[in-house]
Amino acid sequence: MADISKDQVKHVAGLARLAITEDEADMFADHLSSIIEYAEQLNELGTENVEPTTHVLDLKNVLRKDDPKEWISKEEALKNAPDKQDGYFRVPSILE
Amino acid sequence: MSLFDHSIKQLEEMLHKKEISAEDLVDASYDRIHEVDDQVKAFLTLDEEHARSQAKQLDAAPDEDARLFGIPAGIKDNIVTKSLRTTCGSQFLKNFDDPLYNATVMEKLNTDKAVTVGKLNMDEFAMGSSNENSSFTPVRNPWNTDYVPGGSSGGAAASVAAGEVLFSLGSDTGGSIRQPASFSGVVGMKPTYGRVSRFGLVAFASSLDQIGPITRNVEDNARVLEIISGHDKMDSTSADVDVPSYADALTGDMKGMKIAVPKEYLSEGVAPEVKKAVQNALKVYELLGAEWEEVSLPHSKYAVATYYLLASSEASANLARFDGVRYGVRSEKADNMADMFTYSRSEGFGDEVKRRIMLGTFALSSGYYDAYYKKAQKVRTLIKQDFDSIFGNYDVVIGPTAPTPAFKIGEKIDDPLTMYANDILTIPVNLAGIPGISVPCGFSEEGLPIGLQIIGKPFDEGTVYRTAHAFEQATDHHTKRPQLGGAK
Repeated sequence: MADISKDQVKHVAGLARLAITEDEADMFADHLSSIIEYAEQLNELGTENVEPTTHVLDLKNVLRKDDPKEWISKEEALKNAPDKQDGYFRVPSILE
Repeated sequence: MSLFDHSIKQLEEMLHKKEISAEDLVDASYDRIHEVDDQVKAFLTLDEEHARSQAKQLDAAPDEDARLFGIPAGIKDNIVTKSLRTTCGSQFLKNFDDPLYNATVMEKLNTDKAVTVGKLNMDEFAMGSSNENSSFTPVRNPWNTDYVPGGSSGGAAASVAAGEVLFSLGSDTGGSIRQPASFSGVVGMKPTYGRVSRFGLVAFASSLDQIGPITRNVEDNARVLEIISGHDKMDSTSADVDVPSYADALTGDMKGMKIAVPKEYLSEGVAPEVKKAVQNALKVYELLGAEWEEVSLPHSKYAVATYYLLASSEASANLARFDGVRYGVRSEKADNMADMFTYSRSEGFGDEVKRRIMLGTFALSSGYYDAYYKKAQKVRTLIKQDFDSIFGNYDVVIGPTAPTPAFKIGEKIDDPLTMYANDILTIPVNLAGIPGISVPCGFSEEGLPIGLQIIGKPFDEGTVYRTAHAFEQATDHHTKRPQLGGAK
């Protein structure tokens, strides 16, 4: 029986870079527990000798020459940025 | 009769004979949008000035080779459109006004001279089955605005049903084209995985996502898919498989066709009126000379659990790119970079998106990976094998698209699992990577549309279209129109 605790929810939220309130942690613990409990039904199936499917197409590695080409300019790349300076993306300080 | 009651082929003939102009078509589209979209809420962004001037230019330079010349189209807002706002239905991207490039499908529509009139509302990042997860406003079902239009391509389906555009492009990860097509009484196709380039489709679950057309009839649908299909060097998962003429597939010939009807698709979870509509459709196929037999897809009941583990895991990785650095809305609260990521994501994403990111992060996390993610990948193999074995003996699989007609806004929003169960009949098709279409096959007692799902072999969209078209031509469900904006 899968019960996902509030602490687990907070841990997972941290991994995913999400801040959640205490109330949200309660709600997500409820929802995730019921979804994971539902997913436990997959254990009814024996899959020891079954290959996993990551992808339905029978694709081999797709390779091409690493030739540089025109795509977008620096100005364009910065066009939608929330903050920029001197041709760079600007972010808050990384170090304290 | 509205201009949009004609097929695209008929309209193209009228255009070439100068009975109508591209401007007339684009005017008709915006007239209808301004008349009814306050009720339907299908559009998030209109591109009116640009579209009208484009129509004028088209009229000045007629081109009989362009297969969508002057045809007004709506585009789901997770398909990137150069210089036209692309939000994915999310507050995170509400200011993403100036995308730098066009998705490959947009380049293809432009080559055939379709006119994009605007961007369509959707569940945030395509996560939802009702459009109630749009962070802007829910889309409403044109047949009854108290009801959901389905999701996540709810705007794409509703805009076509309401006669605002001739066709739209949606995306389908677990049913997001077919289920809203079913709820809204239009034709929606999810092609084989790899058939249509995903370049410029904002990724949700990369091993499942496909773009496809939503239209009023099968012929239009086949026409649009033929145009947007094909290998693309910008998408390494697009398949290098020839695209046949889908128009040529519409022969009406059903003689000797072998149809498989999975008993799991008509089980107790399916509403009686839906079951009845599908059984009536099977009678139509009998009259047309096809044979059908009951079969079993024994792993169908595991599809929803498999899907939510796999799709959420892929989503948790794909949505890591939304960090508030290069585009989108950055939180103003943070004074260091780690907090900036966290606060921007927390403020920008809605609850359903957070729920799936967390579910995926959990399923991929150390200690749970084998039990959940890898297990689900193995069950995916079993679900795919179910279809493989049936397609050895049958041409198509037929069942309902969704277990019920559209439900009321608010009815299922508080319980994720009940909402997820909507997709039980569409999800297996994505997991197997095969094509599926929804066509109108009847109406509920309350007057809401019911959809018939036709599923085909990989890259055999032609047979799916032939089967859908033969049914459509033998019935009149697709000619019914919702009554919106007063009498018509």
